[in-house]
Amino acid sequence: MGMFGFYVRKLYTVFKAEVLVLPSRVVVFLFFLVLLLLPVVTQDPYLLRILILASIFAILAASWDLLSGFTGQLNFGHALFFGVGAYSSALLNLHVHIPPWGSIPSGALAAVLAGLIIGIPCLRLKGTYLALTTLAFPIILMGVVFAIPNITGGELGVSGLDRLSGSRLTDYYVTVVLMLGLCTIMWKITDSNTGIIFHAIREDEVAVRTAGINTTRYKLLAFSLSGFFAGISGGLYAHFMRIAGPSTLEVSMSFTVVIWAIFGGIVTIYGPVGAVFILFPLLEFFRFWPEFRMLMFALVILLILLYMPNGLLPWVRDKIEKECPRCKIRNVATRKTCRVCTASLD
Amino acid sequence: MILDIITSGLINGSVYALLAIGFSLIFGAARIVNLAHTAFYMVASYCIYYATHKLGVHPFLAMLVAILLVTLIGLICYKLFIDPIREHEAAVLIATIAVAMAMQEIMLLIFTGDFLSVPSLAKGYLNILGVKIAYQQLLTFGAALLILAGVWAVLMKTRLGLAVRSTAQDREVANLMGMNESRVAMVTMGISVGLAAFAGAVVVPLSVVNPHMWMHPLIMMMAVVVLGGLGSLKGSFVGAYILGLAESLVVFLIPMGAFLKGSVALSIMILVLLIRPEGLFGVAFEEER
Repeated sequence: MGMFGFYVRKLYTVFKAEVLVLPSRVVVFLFFLVLLLLPVVTQDPYLLRILILASIFAILAASWDLLSGFTGQLNFGHALFFGVGAYSSALLNLHVHIPPWGSIPSGALAAVLAGLIIGIPCLRLKGTYLALTTLAFPIILMGVVFAIPNITGGELGVSGLDRLSGSRLTDYYVTVVLMLGLCTIMWKITDSNTGIIFHAIREDEVAVRTAGINTTRYKLLAFSLSGFFAGISGGLYAHFMRIAGPSTLEVSMSFTVVIWAIFGGIVTIYGPVGAVFILFPLLEFFRFWPEFRMLMFALVILLILLYMPNGLLPWVRDKIEKECPRCKIRNVATRKTCRVCTASLD
Repeated sequence: MILDIITSGLINGSVYALLAIGFSLIFGAARIVNLAHTAFYMVASYCIYYATHKLGVHPFLAMLVAILLVTLIGLICYKLFIDPIREHEAAVLIATIAVAMAMQEIMLLIFTGDFLSVPSLAKGYLNILGVKIAYQQLLTFGAALLILAGVWAVLMKTRLGLAVRSTAQDREVANLMGMNESRVAMVTMGISVGLAAFAGAVVVPLSVVNPHMWMHPLIMMMAVVVLGGLGSLKGSFVGAYILGLAESLVVFLIPMGAFLKGSVALSIMILVLLIRPEGLFGVAFEEER
């Protein structure tokens, strides 16, 4: 009993010292808590459906940020990874009868392969060239999908897949826990040495190469990592909707991912995730006025960008937190002095 | 058959050339990747439809009005949404996507998603070796070539053109040499949107008008620009005809070709990029820091 009390008290101290000191950490903690405990309060299937889809797309948007935000390899064809993940897990499930827990990772591996296939030619391209070229890949694949309808189902897609799990509630927990886990992994990756190299490649690739780092290898790594996470989200989407259709490869799909990520703030991982959880339910809310739905969506994005061109979440974070000018540690905006080095914050 | 392929290829090529040159201009002078470019092309088509069908204006007059009106809309959009955030490249990118989406939705609200058509300027057709070539097709082709020559003359022979080209080469130095950089960007935006509107005007009698008609040209235009080399007008011109002809070859020769036309054109672009990463006529840029 004594040991248990000790651990509880230690947990509380760590929690107080590490989470409660910064409002952004409190927000992230509450986000985890609310998502995990929501079914206790309500099990409204419509609400759960929105949150499941938001979780799936949050993985996708964060994986875009991992590639394009961090390494600066602007990818306009992210739907390729999503579509390859969706179609491969759908085909594996339907024809080879692999259950979802096997077909989704296999779909993700197929997406990694796609990432390598488009990554290698794209290594020679930079900036806008790269962006406009990557846009082409999902369209090429879509043409192929339409041209061989007896395998891919053409316009109708591959349908009749296994359910993700037995019930809506387990679906919810599977996707939400996966989303929280994968996004934490992505955030940890960007926080590691690899992530620092990714970030450095974005800032100045030549300088990174001068420092003796093989940038080609790291860029390919970014392409495959991003492809892996996007492929998982594609597979989840296919199994949740029980159909993998050409809409997963559409240009608008690629654009939507870019919109989510930039709206939330790139080079953050948490930005795109937050943006999906704001914009996706907002889009559902606009369903009350179906004709004006996309128009209002576009206007909201335009207006927010005018005032917060760096994205919504970094803007909010800068409002509630201040960086210490001396030791670069973040503090609550209400503090006068830094919590670590006691330097004045103003 | 061959003549069919050539005519449809040349016409598609001219339209892509008009679009790609406008896109290239604004990218060069202001480093704006304007993904709403072909949305202006769609709006111009709708303006002409409205003027000819609802107001009963002569098609030629309708085209002139549409080009002016769309240029104005383009400049307003630029001033309102793009100019304030020009320093943030990523934000500009999605601002232009949002503008395009907003325009698509507005058109969908006003005109619904129906497929509409506009009467052609010139009736009748020419009979060459048993192949019918409508006068409208010749007119479209001729007008596109004429306006391309006009753009070339403006860029190469006038002081304005000199300012645009030098801003494209180096914005800071051009600014130091006394060119008002933001005004050059504004004028270039006007020319660029005007070209998109003109492309819409010449192509509208040959195609159907619907709110999603901007997607396919957008992709082809980007492929053309990348194929020819960003910022190279000659490259855009040649690239446009290469991809236009490739597209019509696929449509006419391969079964199920209509589905594959985008794929094949884009595959050509990627093949060229593998051999020449800076495009056909692009200059290998020194890395911009």
